Amino acid sequence: MSAVEDVVTEAPAVEAVPKRAMTLGTGTSLIMLGLLLLIPLFVKNFIIFQMTMLLIYGVAVLALNILTGGSGQFSLGQSAFYAVGAYTSAILMEQFNVNYALTLPIAGVICFGFGFLFGQPALRLSGVYLALATFALATAMPQLLKLGFFEKWTGGVQGLVVTKPDAPFGLPISQDMWLYYFTLAITIAIYVFSVNLLRSRSGRAFMAIRDNEIAASAMGVDVALYKTLAFGVSAGITGVAGGLGAIAVQFVAPDSYTITLAISLFLGMVVGGVGWLPGSIVGSAFIIFVPNIAEGISKGLSGAVFGVLLFLVIFLVPHGARQVAIVGQQLIGRFKKNS
Amino acid sequence: MELFTNQILAGIATGAIYACMALAVVMIYQAIDHLNFAQGEMAMFSTFVSWQLMQWGVPYWGAFVLTLAFSFAGGIAIERLLFKPLAKAPILTNVAGFIALFAIINSVAGLIWDFTIKQYPTPFGSSPFLGSQLISTHQAGMIGVTVLLLMGLYFFFQFTRIGLAMRAAASVPESARLVGINTSWMIALGWGMAAAIGSIAGMLIAPVVFLEPNMMGGVLIYGFAAAVLGGLTSPLGAVIGGFLVGIFENLAGTYIPGVGNELKLPIALALIITVLVVKPAGLFGRPIVKRV
Repeated sequence: MSAVEDVVTEAPAVEAVPKRAMTLGTGTSLIMLGLLLLIPLFVKNFIIFQMTMLLIYGVAVLALNILTGGSGQFSLGQSAFYAVGAYTSAILMEQFNVNYALTLPIAGVICFGFGFLFGQPALRLSGVYLALATFALATAMPQLLKLGFFEKWTGGVQGLVVTKPDAPFGLPISQDMWLYYFTLAITIAIYVFSVNLLRSRSGRAFMAIRDNEIAASAMGVDVALYKTLAFGVSAGITGVAGGLGAIAVQFVAPDSYTITLAISLFLGMVVGGVGWLPGSIVGSAFIIFVPNIAEGISKGLSGAVFGVLLFLVIFLVPHGARQVAIVGQQLIGRFKKNS
Repeated sequence: MELFTNQILAGIATGAIYACMALAVVMIYQAIDHLNFAQGEMAMFSTFVSWQLMQWGVPYWGAFVLTLAFSFAGGIAIERLLFKPLAKAPILTNVAGFIALFAIINSVAGLIWDFTIKQYPTPFGSSPFLGSQLISTHQAGMIGVTVLLLMGLYFFFQFTRIGLAMRAAASVPESARLVGINTSWMIALGWGMAAAIGSIAGMLIAPVVFLEPNMMGGVLIYGFAAAVLGGLTSPLGAVIGGFLVGIFENLAGTYIPGVGNELKLPIALALIITVLVVKPAGLFGRPIVKRV
C-alpha cells in the first residue's frame, strides 16, 4: 500500500552487466564459429535441422537479451513478434511469390514497426506491469491470427505450408544444409550488429536507462525514444528469426506461436545469462533440448523436471551461462599460471 | 432491453469467478510486490486436494476447511523454501521462479490426477436462482462468498493487530522492522493467505469450468485483467474489477459485431493494456508517487 517509492535507492529490475562482459574474446569467438561451420558436414540431416532451429531460437533469445539485458525492459510477448515475422515471410513467399531471402528484411522492418508502436504504450509501464502487458499480447496473438478477416492471406486455423528453398547456383548440398548455412550467415550478421549496437551511443543510452532511468534522463538521454527503439530493434530481430523459423519448419499455424513460445524464449534468456549475448545460444540449446531430456527422465513429469532444473539454475547459477563461463575462464587462468 | 439485462446478469455471474481470482492476485501482490504467475496453478492444486478428500468420503465442508489449512500451509512452505532466498534477487529472477513453479505444479497435478475432466460438487445446488434462468444458486452463492471474503479481509486488515502489521510490512518495510514487526514472516503469511483465498476461488470455480489441471489458464488471465482494472493495490477494486470484466466480456460478445467467443480473450487483454495505458493505477488503486 505504499504510495511513495524511492526510485534512486531501489535496486534496478535487471542487474547491471558491465559492457565488456557482454561478449566473448576474439579467440573463443573464432573457435565457436569454426565449430558451427564444420559440425554440419559430419552429421545427419535431422541434426542439421535441429542446429538450424538452435540458431533461429538463439537469434530470438538474443533479441530479447537486447531488450532486457540492454535496456532493462521485460517482455513475455516475444512470441507475438516471432509470429508476425513468420507470417510475413510465409505470406510473401506463398501468396506473392517473393524470394525467401527477400522476405526476411521485410519481416524485420514490419516487426520493427510493430514493436516500435507497441513500445509506445509500454513506455508507461515498468517491471511487473510490462511483463503483464506483453504477456497479454502473446496470449492474444494466436486468436488474432485465426480471425476470419485475415483468412484470405493467413489460411486461418489451417495455417500455411511454406516451400523449402533449394540451394542456389546448383550447389551440390542438401536443402537442409543450405538452409543451415544461410541461417548461420544471418545469425552472424545479427550478432555482429547487436554487439556493435550495444557498444554504440544508442547502446550506452539503453544501459543508462536500464541502470537508472531518472539519472539517464537527467543526463540528456531521450528515455521515451530509446525505450521504444529498444522494443523496435528487439521486435525486428525476432521477426527475422520468425521468418527463418517459418522457412525451416515449412509451416506456419496460429497455434505454433502461443505463450509457451514466449515463455521458452524468456527462460532461454535467463538460462543463458541476462545481458550476455553469447549466452543466447546456450539458452536456445536449453529450450530446445532440455524438454526432450526431461521427457526422457520421466514422461509424466517432464514439466516438473523442467521446472526443477530451472530452479536449480536460479539458485546455483543466477547469472546463467555467463557465470559458468566466467568461472571456467578463471580456472583456465589459474591453470596457466601454475604450469 | 431484456437481452441487455440478461447479459448483465450473466456477466455478473461469470464476473464472480474473476473477482475471486483477482482477490487472490491482489493479496499476493500486496505481500510481495510481484504478480504470481503460478497463482492459478496453486489454486488448481488445492482444488484437486479437496476433490481427493471428498473421494475419500470427507463431507464437503470438512474437505473445504482441510483444504484451506493445507493451502495456507502450502503457501507458507513455498515462500520459505523457494522465494525467501530470492527476496533480494532482481524481478526477472522472480518471474522465472514463478514460471518454474507453474510448470512443476501443473505437471505434478497431471501426474497424480491425470488430465481427464472431472465433475466437482457444489454446496449451493445448481437450480435457477430466484426464477432466473441466467444465474444459478451456485453462482449466487459464489457472489455471496466473494463478498463475505472481501468483508472478512477488510476487517482483518483494518481492525486486527496482525492485519495492521502486515500492512506496515508491505508499505514501509524498514520502519516496520524498527518497531519490531517480523516483516519476513509477514510476507510468508501473505503467501499463505493468498494461497488460501486462491483455493476458495478454485473450489468455487471448479463446478463451473470443471476440474482438470489446465482449468485455471483462462481464468487467471481474466483475474489479472480484473485486478489491473480495479487497481492492484485495492482488494475492493479487484472484486469490482472482476464483475466489470465479466459484464464487459458478455456485452462485447453480444453487441460488438465480429466478437464471438473466439475474440473474448483478446478483448480481455485489450482491456488490460488500455487500463494500464490510460490509468495505470486502476480504478481504485492509489497511484505510486516516485521520489527522486
